[in-house]
Amino acid sequence: MKKKMRKFKIYRYDPEKDSKPYYREYSVETHEGMTLLDAIIHISENMDPSLSVRYSCRMSVCGSCGMSVNDSLKLACKTQLETLHGDVLKIEPLPSMKVIKDLVVDMEPFLDNLKKVKPYLITHTPDPAKERLQSVYDRELIDSSVDCILCGCCTTSCPVFWTDKGYLGPAAITKAFRFLYDSRDEGYEDRLHVLGGVGGVDKCHHAYRCVEACPKNINTTYAIDMVKKLILTGKRDTE
Amino acid sequence: MNKFDVIIIGGGLAGLRAGIELSGNAKVAMLTKVYPMRSHSSAAEGGVNAALGNRGDNKEDNVYTHTYDTVKGSDYLADQDAAEILCKEGIDRVYEMEHWGVPFSRTEEGKIAQRPFGGGSYARACYASDKTGHALLETMYERSLKENLFVFNEYMVLKLVVKDGYVHGVVALSLRTGEVEGFIAKTIIIATGGLGRIYSFTTNAHINTGFGNAIAYWAGVTLKDSEFIQFHPTGLPTTGILITEGVRGEGGILKNRLGERFMEKYVSMKPPELAPRDIVARSMMIEINEGRGFPDMGGYLHLDVTHLDPEIVKKRLSQIRELTISFMGIDPLKKPIPVRPVQHYSMGGIGTDIDGATNIKGIYAAGEAACVSVHGANRLGANSLLETLVFGRRAGVAALNYVRNERFNPSESYVNSAVVEIKSKIKGLFNKKNGGTESTKIMHELQQTMDKYVGIFRNQIGLERGIEIIADLKKRFEKVGVSSKGTTYNLELIRVLELEGMLDIAEVIAKGALARTETRGAHFRTDHKERDDTNWLKHTIAEYTPDGPRFSYQPVLIGKYKPQKRVY
Repeated sequence: MKKKMRKFKIYRYDPEKDSKPYYREYSVETHEGMTLLDAIIHISENMDPSLSVRYSCRMSVCGSCGMSVNDSLKLACKTQLETLHGDVLKIEPLPSMKVIKDLVVDMEPFLDNLKKVKPYLITHTPDPAKERLQSVYDRELIDSSVDCILCGCCTTSCPVFWTDKGYLGPAAITKAFRFLYDSRDEGYEDRLHVLGGVGGVDKCHHAYRCVEACPKNINTTYAIDMVKKLILTGKRDTE
Repeated sequence: MNKFDVIIIGGGLAGLRAGIELSGNAKVAMLTKVYPMRSHSSAAEGGVNAALGNRGDNKEDNVYTHTYDTVKGSDYLADQDAAEILCKEGIDRVYEMEHWGVPFSRTEEGKIAQRPFGGGSYARACYASDKTGHALLETMYERSLKENLFVFNEYMVLKLVVKDGYVHGVVALSLRTGEVEGFIAKTIIIATGGLGRIYSFTTNAHINTGFGNAIAYWAGVTLKDSEFIQFHPTGLPTTGILITEGVRGEGGILKNRLGERFMEKYVSMKPPELAPRDIVARSMMIEINEGRGFPDMGGYLHLDVTHLDPEIVKKRLSQIRELTISFMGIDPLKKPIPVRPVQHYSMGGIGTDIDGATNIKGIYAAGEAACVSVHGANRLGANSLLETLVFGRRAGVAALNYVRNERFNPSESYVNSAVVEIKSKIKGLFNKKNGGTESTKIMHELQQTMDKYVGIFRNQIGLERGIEIIADLKKRFEKVGVSSKGTTYNLELIRVLELEGMLDIAEVIAKGALARTETRGAHFRTDHKERDDTNWLKHTIAEYTPDGPRFSYQPVLIGKYKPQKRVY
């Protein structure tokens, strides 16, 4: 296995003792197939146990380890080190969020935005005895949006969200899309005011940073546009 | 001090399902180490079993064929009343999840799509592409938001306060503030998931350390059938990342280095790849050990889908394709997926009855952390998600009954003294010298030991050696401290606290495996190769003592399916 020493410059901040953030550099022997998360766990376990970071599944499904790597947002676990260039890799927490410690940020505002769009299936007709039928075609309309792992990479990459925390952000709106375009959902009226309101879909400037950042390849800007279209026309565009 | 009727520990599928049952009906709070949607339920891939009969070829399927498959799959160690409840109520629970919004894949008629899974007589795994766990967990989390379930996020429970046979509450560490807090509650539901990280090569997430089982065990809750550990046939060889049984359900073929479809040698059923996991995993290890595997990356075999319609792979196995490309650099459309058997699931766990009740009044458990037992000695694929739904709900219902009917009042002073005790324990860890990397070293040595001696093939000499090493590691652990003194998000502290539990749970598994001198399901003894119903058709019960587990045994509830030789 090919081995190589690489340098990781990691953002450090402990509000208990640091007056301001700083960077600390670590040299790690890396190998083929090693992910950024592997390297960070190696640092945490063997070099500096004081480093704080969230991680769990290591297979890009739990959404814990979103972070900034050389200024782009990625899931550490899904990032092969071989794909990262530069002598020193700069590792920072998700931008524009309050840092709790080192790479751990406060996810509460992100989740509060999610809650605003009523992120659950809303039905007014009674549940049938068996499943609600849904055509293969209708199920495909929401196909990639249901893959969202709520890692926050999209929303925290959004330049509008950076300056305006009142904006719902791409993750919450993509979640709204996932329900509004679900043929079983009857919650259009319930969600309309928040999505069409002040912090809603109109804020999107099409920077496409969110699409670039999504580790699950969800076309978040498309989802935002489809919600915008639904609000303007009052009906789902299912063509 | 916080006071609740019910505290749920763990935010995965079982815990959330229990919480949804209780929210609005009792004063309930969930304490979870990670945000609920980060739980490892999300990593389940292939499906959730329910005999819905949604396909042309599975109309004959019903609760009893599903129950029989489950019991036979369990090598007759499952309690048959529990298995029947699983299969019967499972149908309602799956429809309920659909009503709550799970984006199941669909048949041409618009029904929930189903695929074949190992050990099933019919195609009965209901799926959402190959992301079924994620689809279920997201929907369950969303439903819990709708039901306003109250959650303490990133709280790790360190102790269950038990006195006089009753639970009085818990002591938990807020990971964010480092505060040790007491919670008074007369009912606790433990839904903390699996323990795969006791092993080195595992499909499980880093959070799956079995700590919920450890705190229960320390509090006097008995553990059941812990020696039964499932090894999934197909994990990626370097990382252990799960490659779903659904790949074989969709027609994927296992091949050795000679290109042989080797499973045909081991079973006569068709397709042979869909034998239960214990049998497939063992057969694969025989192929590798006898030199018919590929030698690098620790030895592996091929799981081939290149002959399938690429649209099936792209649509129904999209995550598998994504994972194999991301983590192996291989596109399964073009080349076979390298796979090796890997620790996956704990059939055993906190011993419960069919309502999730344990031997301690007020303590319930559900999901992988629990052992009802529906899986016995070997779980069928797609029955674990089902268990979380069925028994998560049942634990919630039973907890509510207990809250309403049990007149006992928990004691604040007991909880207070437990808080003092835990604070002083943590202070003690900070004061010890041996911090830093020593805990990590012990953890890695434990994991290697479990892989080596308590794996797919077991025998007396190996198990005794493993138990000896665990004892040494426990001695070393006594000197371990924590060098990072911070209160906020102190990973080193969390690791050290969990390691203590991992060592004890590993000991229970290894000693239970040594005692059980037979082969049953996933517990294969090379020195006792036959199932021994005369002496071992019984559940292992482990009780904590300071000198290690004290074992006793309980009868298995046999119903209409009398134990037979298990042939596939």
